[in-house]
Amino acid sequence: MKFLLVAESRDGKLCDVSHELLAFAAEAGAEYAYFQVGSEESLPCCDATLYLADRERYGEYSPDLHKELILAAVEWEQPDAVVFMHSSYGWDLAPRVAVALQAAQVSEVVAINDGEYEVGCCNGKMRRSVKPTTPRVVLTLQSGAFNQKEVSGGTPQIVPLEIEKAGGQIDFIGYEEAEKKSVDLTRADIVVSAGRGVGKKENVPLIADLARALGGELGGSRPVVDAGWLDHSHQVGTTGQVVSPKLYMACGISGAIQHVAGMKRSEFVVAINKDRDAPIGEIADVLVVADVMQFVPALIARIGQQA
Amino acid sequence: MKILVCIKQVPDMESRFKVNAAGDWYDQSDLAFRMNEYDEYAVEQAVQLKEQLGGEPEITVVSIGPERVGEPLRKALAMGCDRGVHIHDADSSRKDPWQIASLLAAFAREGSYDVIFTGMQSQDRGSAQVGMILAELLGLPSVTTIVGFSYEDGQVTVRRELEGGARSVVRVPLPALFTCQLGLNQPRYPTLPNIMKAKKKEILLVKEGDFALTEGRALTSRLFRPEKKGRGLVLEGDVAEQSQRLVEILKIKTAVFR
Ligand SMILES: Cc1cc2nc3c(=O)[nH]c(=O)nc-3n(C[C@H](O)[C@H](O)[C@H](O)COP(=O)(O)OP(=O)(O)OC[C@H]3O[C@@H](n4cnc5c(N)ncnc54)[C@H](O)[C@@H]3O)c2cc1C
Ligand SMILES: Nc1ncnc2c1ncn2[C@@H]1O[C@H](COP(=O)(O)O)[C@@H](O)[C@H]1O
Repeated sequence: MKFLLVAESRDGKLCDVSHELLAFAAEAGAEYAYFQVGSEESLPCCDATLYLADRERYGEYSPDLHKELILAAVEWEQPDAVVFMHSSYGWDLAPRVAVALQAAQVSEVVAINDGEYEVGCCNGKMRRSVKPTTPRVVLTLQSGAFNQKEVSGGTPQIVPLEIEKAGGQIDFIGYEEAEKKSVDLTRADIVVSAGRGVGKKENVPLIADLARALGGELGGSRPVVDAGWLDHSHQVGTTGQVVSPKLYMACGISGAIQHVAGMKRSEFVVAINKDRDAPIGEIADVLVVADVMQFVPALIARIGQQA
Repeated sequence: MKILVCIKQVPDMESRFKVNAAGDWYDQSDLAFRMNEYDEYAVEQAVQLKEQLGGEPEITVVSIGPERVGEPLRKALAMGCDRGVHIHDADSSRKDPWQIASLLAAFAREGSYDVIFTGMQSQDRGSAQVGMILAELLGLPSVTTIVGFSYEDGQVTVRRELEGGARSVVRVPLPALFTCQLGLNQPRYPTLPNIMKAKKKEILLVKEGDFALTEGRALTSRLFRPEKKGRGLVLEGDVAEQSQRLVEILKIKTAVFR
């Protein structure tokens, strides 16, 4: 089996995903070559062929061109699978490549099993085993599912890629960096987060009270931020902050992968959820099955008695 | 201007899911269904664009699925879409993203739409593919994961969400397709008068079989509940007891009360 692994770069730097792509290839027992639109200054460590297209020339977000470049690499390499991360780069590009190759795409793969790919479904509550029926497949990997601590060193053999630059219709204007965080959750020892399960904006102060009672900071899941109940600087997750406190309390949070990615390195996790099957239960050290609005006041009272 | 919005009906994610008899999908009986969350942002963006242009654009909302998808279609009409199209398919859950997108493309080709909105992903299948495949099949430029949208003189400028809260700004000429991310806007609640008005709007019923059938490219061989790793302790009972237990545990396992 042979894979074409698609690396990503942002602002000229290789994104930190190559070890996950490598770990996946290792787990599948596949040979691999790399593809990257980037520069020689920032290359993945590996002893493989690297099809390198120049980022100055092809841009970092120019999906029509990147698709053509990948197709050119596929033409050379004839891989069985083209593998992306399930990231803003990968989920944007993968379907374009899959359609062009008339290949099945399997998104957000978390495991590989007998030629079938396992993916999460229903917000992580269930799993599916997917069997492609096309000879070639396009895959995107869930970030964090395949991990390899040690990235084996090595220098890739570069094959420069060039294609005719037909004018794409998508114009990249520029990046906007994330707003400066007014709340730095990354240094907090204790983070107490409010999720959609708190019900309404008026209930958020109760969770803030709990955070205060424990001497911690207030965090939140994305819907709470999107709805304007909390400022974005409180958001925990892939598109918010990544925290690793000694204690993380998730109040009314289901445990979607993008939230979990932001807090799974916490030392001790307590979840309060009325749904015993909520996926947050998978990573919680303690799951309290209760209504947050009843449990949290009781807990605050108990904490008060400790003083 | 003609706008198309693609919506999917999905179960409430707080439901208890059971595997169906065939073992390849969840059992659809006894579930409460709603409009896919991401698609609500798509509907809202279409309605906002129509409002910006003084009500000129016509918005069609389309959904593939069984009888019950009439409900989210009605909701989209009550939010401000003009006409609904229900592509009836009792077995849509067995179709893969390629087949769903092919059906949508067969329908959309006849409409020559200027703007198409889809959700970035469906909450149940979550493939994040249907919108993009549809765009490729129609030969339209497309941008995923938009969290900002503005239209001016035939050009659209969008903000794409990247990891860590960064964004990129991208400009595209119409016609084009966009997949909508959470937080793009604040989807409106349909008002009672608009719900009444929506009852009079047309929902065209077409059959999945009226379109040429495409073969699937991937099939679900098995759906199952992930194995519990069983690391955590589950506290049930009344809140007085639970809170006492939790404080005891925190005392032993963490430094919170030291
Ligand atoms: C590209 C991308 C990036 C994303 N980035 C992030 C991110 O950075 N951070 C993030 O958080 N999300 C992110 N998301 C969204 C993520 O997928 C989920 O939608 C989100 O995390 C869900 O938030 P929630 O758990 O608060 O809400 P829900 O999923 O709606 O869960 C609410 C939970 O509360 C429970 N509940 C309800 N009522 C009560 C009650 N009275 N008492 C106790 N429990 C109750 C329910 O059982 C449920 O488990 C992202 C999504 C995408 C696609
Ligand atoms: N059965 C369907 N009918 C109409 N639109 C759909 C359907 N399935 C998916 N879509 C659209 O495609 C998007 C992505 O779905 P998915 O590829 O399943 O994650 C959804 O947010 C919808 O906008």
